[in-house]
Amino acid sequence: MEVKVMTDILDANDQLAHTVNQKLSSQGIFVLNLLGSPGCGKTTLLEKTIAALKADIRLAVIEGDLFTSKDAERIERQGVPVIQINTAGGCHLDAGMINSVISGLDLSSLDMIIIENVGNLVCPAEFEIGEDAKATVLSVTEGEDKPLKYPLVFRKSQAVLINKIDLLPYTDFDLDAAMHDIKGINPEATLVTASCRTGQGLDEWYHWLKTQVKKKQNRSSENGRCKQPKSTN
Amino acid sequence: MHEMALAQGILDVALKTAAQHGAVKIGRIKLQVGKMTHVEPDSLLFCFEALAVGSIAEGANVEIEIKPLIGLCRDCGKEFSVSGYYFICPECQSASVEIISGRELTVEHLEVE
Repeated sequence: MEVKVMTDILDANDQLAHTVNQKLSSQGIFVLNLLGSPGCGKTTLLEKTIAALKADIRLAVIEGDLFTSKDAERIERQGVPVIQINTAGGCHLDAGMINSVISGLDLSSLDMIIIENVGNLVCPAEFEIGEDAKATVLSVTEGEDKPLKYPLVFRKSQAVLINKIDLLPYTDFDLDAAMHDIKGINPEATLVTASCRTGQGLDEWYHWLKTQVKKKQNRSSENGRCKQPKSTN
Repeated sequence: MHEMALAQGILDVALKTAAQHGAVKIGRIKLQVGKMTHVEPDSLLFCFEALAVGSIAEGANVEIEIKPLIGLCRDCGKEFSVSGYYFICPECQSASVEIISGRELTVEHLEVE
């Protein structure tokens, strides 16, 4: 007997991701899924972002890492709540992992949660984890061919940050080619070039994040779930 | 290696569907896999085979149909095959392009006894 199914293989994960997003949306929290290769600068970007925004935006971090808590320790030093998820070798976070840890955060006192995914341009692109947006970090030391080699993660990101541009003179990285490819894969993404080391370009990144948080708060109050944001300038 | 998680997803969908139909054996599983997914078919089949051992899907023939990457221009309505992951409409140069095929990770149908 033939049985027609037409069910998405990731259906169970997607449904759970939707539940997570609803829980966090009911508190007006903007959730970012931060992606990128190992060593591209995700954690450094987070450190800079927390330092720059924590006076205005109440944020928490969920750290995905295979085995260690090294990144979570770095975030903790920035003075914001952080939860560590160890995937024990797993190559990506999934919605169930996020669902099982968000109760550890005081959601009523947050404007934004940034989830740093496992360093990997492949698997995390396929798994929704309850985020409102994805942002991918690409560093110039990885080479400009990466967007075309891993197009999905760039296609699914609302923002792409090309990091370590202070190293451009020391590499063969073709910035124009990389930007051309990213714009071809995802013409609607916000594209930022920056250096977490020098701070160059990061204001644009902060501005993008602030805009997302604001939009989420506005959507949330329109839906009658108003939450008093911390003082905003 | 997320093929293991995907294989588990396939097995879950197949077993649930089979149970709904009172089946005792799953003989064949037909999948649709889009070209713009990160799936390595051999690895997926290998993982599925391992996970299905001891279930009614053990030994099932898993067939994968690869779906092409096709974009639909939201501005002029042109459907086009996307090459080089360049999502710009070839007709009107619009950057507003929706993927209508190529992202499938779907259990299409089963053959059960």
